[in-house]
Amino acid sequence: MSSNFHMIERLEKINPKKVIIWTLLFIGSIIMVTPIIFMVSMSFKTGQEVYIFSLFPEKATFDNYLFVLKESKFLYWGLNSLWVATFSTLSVLFFDSLVGYTLAKYNFRGREIVFIAILSTLMIPTEMLIIPWYMMSREFGWIDTYWGIAFPGLMTGFGTFLMRQFFMSLPDELIEAARIDGWSEFAIWWKIAMPLVIPALSALAIFHFLGNWTAFLWPLIITNDPDMYTIPVGLASFNGENETNWEIVMTASCLATIPTLFVFIILQKYIIKGIMLAGLKG
Amino acid sequence: MEDTLKNIKLFLFSVFGSIFIFSSIAANAVEIEYWQYTYKARVEAIDKLIANFEKANPGITVKHTNFPYADYRKKVAIAISSGDGPDLVQLYYGWLNDYRDSGLIQPLPKDAFSHSDIESNFFSMVSSMKVDGDYWGLPTAVRSLALFYNNDLLKEAGLSGPPETLDDFVAYAKKLTKRDGSGNIIQEGLALDGGIGQTHHFWREVLVRHFGGQPYSDDGKKIAYNNEAGVKALTYLTDFEKTHKTTSNGFMNRGQDAFAAGKVGLYIDGSFRISKFVKAEGLNFSISELPGHNGKRYNFSSFWANALSSKAKGEKKEAAAKFLAYLTSDEAMQIWLDTVGELPAKPSVALVDANKQHKLYGPFIRGLDYATATTFISEKPQRQAVVDAYDMVVLKGMSPKDALAKVAEDEQEVLDEFFE
Amino acid sequence: MFNKFWSDLSINQKLAITAWIFLAVPIIFYVTIRFYPTYEAFYVSFMKWNLLGAKKYIGFKNYFKIFGDDDFWIVLWNTIKYAVIGVPISLLISFTVAYYLNEIKFGHQTIRAFYFIPFLTTAIAMAWVWRWFYQPMPIGYFNIILSWVGIPQQPFLQSVEQGLYAIMAPAVWAGLGFQIVIFIAGIRAIPKSHFEAAEIDGAGRVQILREIILPALKPTTIFLVVISTIGFLRIFDQVYSMSEDSAGGPLNSTKPLVLMIYEFAFDEYKLGRASALTVILFLLLLTVSLLQLWFMRKQR
Repeated sequence: MSSNFHMIERLEKINPKKVIIWTLLFIGSIIMVTPIIFMVSMSFKTGQEVYIFSLFPEKATFDNYLFVLKESKFLYWGLNSLWVATFSTLSVLFFDSLVGYTLAKYNFRGREIVFIAILSTLMIPTEMLIIPWYMMSREFGWIDTYWGIAFPGLMTGFGTFLMRQFFMSLPDELIEAARIDGWSEFAIWWKIAMPLVIPALSALAIFHFLGNWTAFLWPLIITNDPDMYTIPVGLASFNGENETNWEIVMTASCLATIPTLFVFIILQKYIIKGIMLAGLKG
Repeated sequence: MEDTLKNIKLFLFSVFGSIFIFSSIAANAVEIEYWQYTYKARVEAIDKLIANFEKANPGITVKHTNFPYADYRKKVAIAISSGDGPDLVQLYYGWLNDYRDSGLIQPLPKDAFSHSDIESNFFSMVSSMKVDGDYWGLPTAVRSLALFYNNDLLKEAGLSGPPETLDDFVAYAKKLTKRDGSGNIIQEGLALDGGIGQTHHFWREVLVRHFGGQPYSDDGKKIAYNNEAGVKALTYLTDFEKTHKTTSNGFMNRGQDAFAAGKVGLYIDGSFRISKFVKAEGLNFSISELPGHNGKRYNFSSFWANALSSKAKGEKKEAAAKFLAYLTSDEAMQIWLDTVGELPAKPSVALVDANKQHKLYGPFIRGLDYATATTFISEKPQRQAVVDAYDMVVLKGMSPKDALAKVAEDEQEVLDEFFE
Repeated sequence: MFNKFWSDLSINQKLAITAWIFLAVPIIFYVTIRFYPTYEAFYVSFMKWNLLGAKKYIGFKNYFKIFGDDDFWIVLWNTIKYAVIGVPISLLISFTVAYYLNEIKFGHQTIRAFYFIPFLTTAIAMAWVWRWFYQPMPIGYFNIILSWVGIPQQPFLQSVEQGLYAIMAPAVWAGLGFQIVIFIAGIRAIPKSHFEAAEIDGAGRVQILREIILPALKPTTIFLVVISTIGFLRIFDQVYSMSEDSAGGPLNSTKPLVLMIYEFAFDEYKLGRASALTVILFLLLLTVSLLQLWFMRKQR
């Protein structure tokens, strides 16, 4: 009943200008997702039908999906991506926080130098390091291994910077009190400081996981064995091979994209919040 | 105390991380590894041959690994150079120099593969695998180019039989082109893919020769197409798109797709494309030898050779050599022809009447007779040279003479760097 | 004995040691995975090396060859174009959307989600969809739409003039979501009191925008400018997936620096030359970032 009242209130406030703006924004948003919509639509079309310009296939078929899943190593690639991204994210959450915390809450000689040094790594593009990393990996036999794919991203300057910002805003008294109570330094960090920065941790986790999931250049270089490809690398090679079969290509691209979208829809609130948080502190 | 606890945690963490390092397990019986690029029919063929070979040679197992074509070269180079990788590897003959130079392969043992046998049994194009007195690999199959044409479209245009000369070629292409009301091409007379695919080979080994030249000097060190012959050849090629308007680069993405969809009248490709067109629903096509000119015919042949990687030593090398011998046997070649559709590398198998007169393979096999194989230094930049020359003329309006001069300069640099 | 040593230290010293212990593994990581490889990259740039043989010292020859190579200048110019055109366009679009989207309540979440979703996609996956869109008639959607309005077909990816922009488009498209969300956060972070004061003063929309919102968004904008510039200068995935043969064509018109690096390193195995190019990329990024930061700081 009161909702009706509010509705009427809202209706009375409708401003034609606002409606136009809303419509334009809405159309814009549809345009943004058009490529994805067509990608999905084509994945359900047959090889002949795919050349017809239409949104809904006349004879929708799952054959393409069956083909891709059977003929390619998509499941391997998915697992590889999952493994590496998870491992890398956990490492970043652990180490970047530890370093950020240390740089924020401890006073010692050389602290600023360490901070600046780590920050300066943001200036070094990974493209410059891939050749030395590649040389290193050959030396130590890391080619075609999970470690090989993951090692460059185990700690990041960005994450360290972010966590340091958040830790700096924690009150020192909290830590002092714990020390007096006899807590070990590690326990103070792990059990007191970390829980207080969970929003930052989730933001960092999201960023890093996503970056890892979609990483292409380094995984491309470090893997030879198709069993070890991550999704982007596997997709590139699979689509390259099947490039003359558009419906297959679209299906593979769908398989690569849909899981991420799915996760996003579920965790949308957290993801957006996390990005906003990071952006503000950045 | 707290720090030892922390250290233990860190240590465990690094151990947890190290668990991800894979280790390879040594094999028991002699296991050799064979690599090729992924192409369904070839994979099937090798599997068949492996099965036959293992039956005849208990005690040797062959592990068959294949990679997508796009990454194949990189993988092989990286793997062998780090001591991993195959014992026997398939390489495009054009990569021979690169592979040799980088120490990826070793010469074939002369006792198992005598030169006189090779020279008398294989097609002469195999001689490009001979460098510095050694043979570095042998093919199971070779390929050449031929002309695919769409019977229905030809009939519709009132044409009978395939074009036999270069001039007819142009005339046919013109008649087979169709455009819609707004001038967009809806049927190509000739599909060329802008130089990619086999077109650059067609230009280099066929057209340049037809117009009186040769692509490279006899010793292979110098560009020999930067002259009137080359210019005429480039003009002839680019005229299809530029002047005669029978071609549109990018139409339906690739020439092979457009042809399979029945939208192209004439198309040049290798024998490996036959199965795709055979499978295309409703496509009524035939194959003929490439058109000639002034009573002469030329063709481009190429092949993928099997070579011993530098990693193969001792008993693995012996086993690999045995498998290689089987791969280049008459039996293997016939199986390959039947499964993959690639032409046997030995005249004894290829020029058998049944094969020579075959409706689909015949023209390719007959074309082997007058085919030459380019000795590539580095295929990618050399292929790019033709693609760029084509684009310069068609997209930028440069004169074929200028375009050719420019790419010749770049390509000569590639050759020079190799030979220095 | 250790215990005695330990208890003799002052609290500050103990804390300092603990700090260094915490930093031990990370420092090893950064040194071996970031700093040492950087040095190595510089080192190899002075060598001639094909990965398999020995490295041969050749001084600055790689650099001379690079600067003497016409293609390098084309590639450098392409890279700059990607950034100089891509960044303003994407920021303009994303700010406009963020500004208006911020005021929408009805369906805000959904619309925002739609703008954001492209950010989650991999360049590889979407590259093929865009390739499809760019095809000539009768397949490509863009050309089909153009034909409806009587505009002649465009070659897009096949064209020397349009190729770069055709590839830039999906890169811009993918980045918008992120920028929009950041802008919205930035706008929302402005204290309401500023707006109330402005309303009391009778300020109009444009004035509010110019005098309150934009200045307040300066740090956010700087952040986004630096990040997206660096991102565009490093563009690779889209070009690799959308250009024919991953060659950055036609005629090198779409090739960025990173693709050139990749080709020299992993197609031609000229690692010395590739390393020299990475050093040049590094210097380019460094210069651009520093310039931007300095320039933006100077602006009042």
